[in-house]
Amino acid sequence: MTTPAIKGQAGLTGNSAIAYGMKQINPDVCAAYPITPSTGIVEEFSGYVADGAVDTEFITVESEHSAMSACIGASAAGARVMTATSSQGLAYMWEMLYIASGMRLPIVLTDVNRALSAPINIHCDHSDSMGARDAGWIQLYSETVQEAYDNLLQAVRIAEHKDVMLPVMVCLDGFITSHAIENITLINDADVKEFIGEYQAAHPLLDTDNPVTYGAMTLPDTYMEFKHQQSKAIARSKDVVSEIGKEFGKKFGREYGLMEKYKLDDADAAIVILNSAAGTTKVAVDELRKAGKKVGILKPRLFRPLPYREIADALRNVKSVAVLDRVDSMNGFGGPLFNETRSALYELEKRPKVISRIFGLGGRDYKVKDAVQVFDELLKIADTGKVESLTKYIMNKES
Amino acid sequence: MTEKKNLPIGGIITQGGTAHEYVTGGWRKLRPVLDKGKCTSCLICWVMCPDSAIIVEEGKMIGFDMEHCKGCGICAEECPDKVKAITMKEETEQ
Repeated sequence: MTTPAIKGQAGLTGNSAIAYGMKQINPDVCAAYPITPSTGIVEEFSGYVADGAVDTEFITVESEHSAMSACIGASAAGARVMTATSSQGLAYMWEMLYIASGMRLPIVLTDVNRALSAPINIHCDHSDSMGARDAGWIQLYSETVQEAYDNLLQAVRIAEHKDVMLPVMVCLDGFITSHAIENITLINDADVKEFIGEYQAAHPLLDTDNPVTYGAMTLPDTYMEFKHQQSKAIARSKDVVSEIGKEFGKKFGREYGLMEKYKLDDADAAIVILNSAAGTTKVAVDELRKAGKKVGILKPRLFRPLPYREIADALRNVKSVAVLDRVDSMNGFGGPLFNETRSALYELEKRPKVISRIFGLGGRDYKVKDAVQVFDELLKIADTGKVESLTKYIMNKES
Repeated sequence: MTEKKNLPIGGIITQGGTAHEYVTGGWRKLRPVLDKGKCTSCLICWVMCPDSAIIVEEGKMIGFDMEHCKGCGICAEECPDKVKAITMKEETEQ
């Protein structure tokens, strides 16, 4: 059986869609170092540069530390700057990530999620972006190729918004989303150009008539004021993400909020999960709903800043919740999404039971049957009010 | 710095030459002392000083900006061997 092509749609991998989006955005500078599984982005985009399809100054650097450093310099100079990386590459950028956010530079980075060493592994999990969760970057997560592309375009607007001025990380799952071809609706070049607009930096280093210093030392009398400004800006960015998601919806027909609620309204049990695995979980929900079981999903799109009020509100009437993390915080108490979701729910008068399940590390499969098993356990908890194991790994190994 | 309420974002400084306003002389442990009789005003010290703390008037080296001199001793080190007009002394030494 063949599915007929739909007009206006293209079949693209996540990496190709991101590279294409970057071509449409046409940033002034891109400094990047290739690393699996994000290599395709850098490879295809450098092709656009070589073909003269973009005006971008592409800086080939010797490491990710240098890539982020060059991005910071270019952004401070007043350029619109983008890059992409994965795993060890993001880890190697670590100290520079904080400098980008502290200097309030609106850099857009695509992180194709991959496990961190050791042991070395090239496949998907979220240990890279979750390791950078407190680096002061806004983080958007993407379930599909379409969401990754749409998030990328919106990221430019969010980062450069005058009330925000912070770097944004767009996350998509390594191989699962980056290398799988999906149908995607692309926006035409002129509409992308109009949507993102021109970027005018307020204090570009290259404006020699109005000299500025970036990276000056601050002592105990001012450091805290700058951090307070930054803290308020990332908190404010939540509303900007909402506004731009709505505007995107009006213009292009695909509206984005802070999170997606899937059959959650009347649910007794819910799974909270990020990125592509939410798609697998939706299949499980559809199957269980047919059997009359009230289950649903909360898929956060924005993780930084954490929309804690909205998360609490979305899970207010659920009896049991499993937060599935594709990363372990190695704190002996589950993953980061679990810890923060559970903390967000503390404000509720009547709180659901919340359990942590770690899944899919280093590319381990997560199947519909795994989601069904978690929902069965949750429905039991909803009935009895008793939690047998608060934190657990979903090993899913057939032997 | 400007008032805290009006601090520009990102820790940037929105004007040039602000180093003048920040007095670093208090960091000094050793101070440079000039022997005017030996000095030839070759101005190597003026070139090498990292803090622009060598005061020059009409082409002549006339002394040090003690509000900004950190006492690093580069001027004394760079003063030519045949001249050695600058010596570093403890702040407590006469």
